[in-house]
Amino acid sequence: MAIAHTVLELRGGMFRPMQFNFFAVGLGFIFQTAFLSIRGHALGRCPITNLFEVIIFVAWSVALFYMVVGTAYRLSLMGAFTAPLVVLLQLFALLASIDRPHPTKLPANPWLEFHASISLIAYGAFALACIAGVMYLVQERQLKTHQLRSIFYHLPPLSDLFAAITRLLWWGFALYTLGLISGFFVGEPLPWPQIVCAVGVWILYGLILQGRHLRWFAPKRVAALCIIGFSAALTLLWGITFTAQTHTP
Amino acid sequence: MNLFCIGLSHHSADVETRENFAGHAEIDRVLRACGCNEALLLSTCNRVEVYAASENFVPTDQIARCLARTQMVELDGHLETFYRYEAADCVRHLFRVVSGLDSMVVGETEILGQAKKAYETARVAGAAGKYLHRLFQRAFRVAKHVRTHTEITRGAVSVGSVAVDLAQRIFGNLRNCKVLVLGAGETSERTVRALVSRGLADLRVSNRSPERAEALALAVNGRAISFEQWPEQCAEIDILITSTSSEVPLLSQEKLAPMLRSRIDRPLFIIDIAVPRDVAADVNELDGVYLYDIDSLRSIAEQSLATRRAQVAAAEEIISQHVTEFNESIGRGLNCPAQNPEPPAVGESSLRPSEL
Repeated sequence: MAIAHTVLELRGGMFRPMQFNFFAVGLGFIFQTAFLSIRGHALGRCPITNLFEVIIFVAWSVALFYMVVGTAYRLSLMGAFTAPLVVLLQLFALLASIDRPHPTKLPANPWLEFHASISLIAYGAFALACIAGVMYLVQERQLKTHQLRSIFYHLPPLSDLFAAITRLLWWGFALYTLGLISGFFVGEPLPWPQIVCAVGVWILYGLILQGRHLRWFAPKRVAALCIIGFSAALTLLWGITFTAQTHTP
Repeated sequence: MNLFCIGLSHHSADVETRENFAGHAEIDRVLRACGCNEALLLSTCNRVEVYAASENFVPTDQIARCLARTQMVELDGHLETFYRYEAADCVRHLFRVVSGLDSMVVGETEILGQAKKAYETARVAGAAGKYLHRLFQRAFRVAKHVRTHTEITRGAVSVGSVAVDLAQRIFGNLRNCKVLVLGAGETSERTVRALVSRGLADLRVSNRSPERAEALALAVNGRAISFEQWPEQCAEIDILITSTSSEVPLLSQEKLAPMLRSRIDRPLFIIDIAVPRDVAADVNELDGVYLYDIDSLRSIAEQSLATRRAQVAAAEEIISQHVTEFNESIGRGLNCPAQNPEPPAVGESSLRPSEL
């Protein structure tokens, strides 16, 4: 709904920063929450037992952060950028036939569930930082080339976008760190390749934040690195859930 | 009841003629004395118009005579500059006027405030009754509808306002921005004043002639910087406005790049309104630097104006719908006139379709 609304308005040469996108994503968020809740009750645990559930959980985290950040920063157009990512994630989850129940009923492990869920919520923050990065690059490009399209007048100022990126990175990094540390308390041996990759993603985001703090990178580079960082994090997530099913809670 | 509009605007009359027929303090009384049951004067720098409702036909020359500022103004030669709209045409004209479609700069929004003020004045004076109340309340709704459903007001259409618009797209709130004005010319002063109107407070002015720098600094509540010191300022400032008469560029990529190292996380917006240009074009290639010269600013202003013009058809369509609805409602109202009507103040009421 949010995508169709924005495309139609922009094609018509205008976009009114109305609350439509917020409500469209919000409605999707309610349905996602209902689904995860029903699935969680059926499983008797946090519903992240296979790739399908993990992707839905990530999409839910993205919508959750949009609801918080989009309102706080009045980034109304962010809904139009967030919606495609959520739709793509969910479409893939639905069409790729990956909703296979775990062969054995997994025992409840609060630490493992906390580790996995908090890490996935961190993914929501990284995803939104990636979206804000795309918005920053779009706006920056228009300002550089002096080609101001209709969307230019509806995207937030560069400074606001950069502030949003920085805060999302800090939120994501803090949550991811918490997820990483809690991984050492799960009471089960973790595969080394996963640990190395997870630490690699943590170092990558740490470097982006350090680079931003010490002014190694210009805002444009930070925005681009957010996109690269999220791509790397998604690849890692894929690796963890697809190749190491036995470890997935 | 006849609803009509008689007036002149920038389309039909020059400023001198508009001045001569700008009305006077007693206009409401005079208009009613010449046969108007209700009358409202809308007088702005671009138009002088009387909207009136009368039982009988009131000739244009009679209204024109009422509008003359003094008895000395001759009607001869001026009468043909007056236009007259009756009934539905009058309604359409007002809807177009308050929506900014008839303005010199298409889509300007000041006219709506002026129309509201004119209505309020007529209401307080008791000159606006039920017909003009219905007409103007509807007109204010139409203007709002047009503004929210088209992009008729989008973008800035002058060099100064384009610069302000761009600065806001880069920095958001301009209150904490630091600006250096290089060259104390008239255009740079206008641009600075436009920025100051958005809350900007830290202004520095530098000029080859220190006296002129001091004068401009005083005028815009800034401080003067000696011309030898301006390059050092580039490490601190957020916006640079240049308009010197230098024959060679004062700022090149080689000069600016080292100064930017200490401020890599902060953008620098350069407005170069000098001809020949003060800033080399390749400066725009530096990360975080946004360079706009006078041509690019003008081009954006023209683009905005073109966008606004492209929205005129959509706005006309909205207005047509409202004109039809209003005429139907006023037709019903004539058969069954409202009983009261002490019209409410602007903003106290906006008529719902069911009320019409």
